[in-house]
Amino acid sequence: MRRILMVAGLVLVAFAVQAADIPEYRLVISNHRYEPTELKVPAGVKFKLLVENRDSTPEEFESNEFNREKIILPHSTAQIFVGPLAPGRYKFFGDFHQDTAQGALVVE
Amino acid sequence: MPGIALLVFREVLEAALIVTIVCAATRGVARRGLFVSGGLALGVLGALLVAAFAGALAGAFSGVGQEVFNACVLFAAVLMIGWHVLWMSSHGRALATQMKALGGAVHSGSSSLMMLLLVVALAVLREGSEVVLFLYGMVAGGASGVFAGLALGVVAGVATGFALYFGLLRIPLRHFFTATNGLLVLLAAGLASSAARYLVQADLLPALVDPLWDSSWLLANGSIVGEALHILIGYDARPSGIMLVFYLAVVALLLGGMRLLNGPANRRAVQTPAADPSY
Repeated sequence: MRRILMVAGLVLVAFAVQAADIPEYRLVISNHRYEPTELKVPAGVKFKLLVENRDSTPEEFESNEFNREKIILPHSTAQIFVGPLAPGRYKFFGDFHQDTAQGALVVE
Repeated sequence: MPGIALLVFREVLEAALIVTIVCAATRGVARRGLFVSGGLALGVLGALLVAAFAGALAGAFSGVGQEVFNACVLFAAVLMIGWHVLWMSSHGRALATQMKALGGAVHSGSSSLMMLLLVVALAVLREGSEVVLFLYGMVAGGASGVFAGLALGVVAGVATGFALYFGLLRIPLRHFFTATNGLLVLLAAGLASSAARYLVQADLLPALVDPLWDSSWLLANGSIVGEALHILIGYDARPSGIMLVFYLAVVALLLGGMRLLNGPANRRAVQTPAADPSY
């Protein structure tokens, strides 16, 4: 039993260390627009995108170019794991407000 | 209004294509309409519930509840479809005899009917909850023409489903169930690879190689054709390695299982009954 607990503890620590190692980048949705519209991120590493929706309506963060989609509820922040990506420009948009919610990740 | 109709159309289309394939695969099964309607009603109810509890869902599993939920719904659909395909392989002979005796309609087919109901419900629930959240936002944001857009999108999506259904009916009867079984296998494989994509997004599965290839110059994920093929055969313009692993694993498991369960004598028998199915 103690060994199981020890292993479980080690696994948790490993996860915590791993989670702490993942860099975080922040995007804000406000008035159905992304801020910033261009977000610089490093190439070749996995990172966590924190998307905060300050509007009072839901939005769906979506990208065909790095293949992600997630609904972001009003006044809440969602996390999305992305990458590692090769250098380049990757567009993303808000599926629910495509005419205004447009942006891109600049990976370098 | 056109924007609203287009988004609703895309979501409805995804569900409609799944429902269409399942309907074609259960051609000739008695009381089918009742179970499809039941599945639709259950799906709409589920979509409203999921949308209502979206906040709680999003917060679950340290922030990746939405991905875990989507993956679970997709895997449940894969399980249902897979079970049906294999069940048909092992009961094909009995069904064939029965269909002949009853002049087409199969009255047992309990597996088919439950599968039909659940897969329809799951497809509508998943796509429907997105539509509900989207429309809620539109209404709250004071957009005009929301209900006209909704109606137009639903009608167009359902019409496309019907068009596919009647297209499938043109397949010669000798090959009909072989074709629908093939479609079900590809549908299940595609759904499994979508589930894998959600788990990668939640950082619960490694992506392996990402992207494995990029065919977006040929057919992009965001195009209507790309989206239709995404549902029908699991097409993805930039898949990750793990998505292909899940795709191929489901294809291999189902084809292998079908071959194991479906002896040569059985295979011949399956093709006879379709001589006069009622639908």
